[in-house]
Amino acid sequence: MSSHSENPALQHHFDDLKQQYEAANMGMWAFLAQEIMFFGGLFSGYTVYRYKYLAAFIEGSNHLPIFWGALNTVVLIASSFTVAMAVRAAQLGRAKSLFNWIISTMVLGVAFLGIKSIEYADKYHHGLIPGANFTYDSPMAGQLKIFFSFYFVMTGMHALHMIIGIGLMIWLIPKIRRGAFTAEYYSPIENFGLYWHFVDIVWIFLFPLLYLIGREPWIQL
Amino acid sequence: MDSTVEHSSPNHGGDHEGPHIAPMRMYVAIVGLLFLMTAITVCAAFVELGAFGTPVALAIAVFKASMVVLFFMHVRYNTPLMWVFAGAGFFWLLIMFSLTMQDYMTRDWETPAPIEFLDLL
Repeated sequence: MSSHSENPALQHHFDDLKQQYEAANMGMWAFLAQEIMFFGGLFSGYTVYRYKYLAAFIEGSNHLPIFWGALNTVVLIASSFTVAMAVRAAQLGRAKSLFNWIISTMVLGVAFLGIKSIEYADKYHHGLIPGANFTYDSPMAGQLKIFFSFYFVMTGMHALHMIIGIGLMIWLIPKIRRGAFTAEYYSPIENFGLYWHFVDIVWIFLFPLLYLIGREPWIQL
Repeated sequence: MDSTVEHSSPNHGGDHEGPHIAPMRMYVAIVGLLFLMTAITVCAAFVELGAFGTPVALAIAVFKASMVVLFFMHVRYNTPLMWVFAGAGFFWLLIMFSLTMQDYMTRDWETPAPIEFLDLL
């Protein structure tokens, strides 16, 4: 039983590397299930109000720029690819490659937040931020306020997750440079990858639900 | 890998111990597919699909999310236990959406006359 404890990558309370890897992986998925519930509450609130005030949601959606939304989708999917490649580099024990892919992910993450802040600034200039400067001249103004509240809470929570993700990368980079991860032990990289992919999935749903409602030509506002 | 650990899982093919390492071309193929589906969902939004617009947009989003979960998040190559863990959250989401909307979508329904029902007895 004691032969395996000679492996520095294996912590003593696990039988073998496979068990250690699976325990970390399962714990991360339990955390992600909690994250699904957290965002699920927001999405279900969105669904109820969209069902009640569809016309206002269509009008609100037409105020969101598809170009920036689609570009951000592309940026985030690209960052999901780079983080998947980072995990693969870790699996293969290629530290230099791992470092480069994490930096690429970070650059794309910052680009996403930059585009998001352009959009937020644009909303501010048009007086579309509920609670700050909401000025909308329409009989549906109240319902539009609900749409924009969902827009800011959902994209804001998503952006907060991105910021936390970038923080995690800042925490991982010195460890990568120190050579803390090997082909036998890279669970922090793997779990960070899972977290980043989850944030990508949230955006995959946010984009059509917020930006792409009622864009058909026959809907003339 | 000259590990002392014995091969115990049929999930891990090949001659290495540890998780499945997918070839790079798989990741490139998946990311290409995701870009393509993004373009399709943007185009579909401008097509007159009537009541099918939202289901189409959601179907594309579910497809994209499935690709990310199965291939980028490695669930495809993972153990059955991890399939259960990954699926549990999404399954819970379905329950929440169906029960919530079952309430809100039926609130405007005509209330049945209880007297007529009692007359049948």
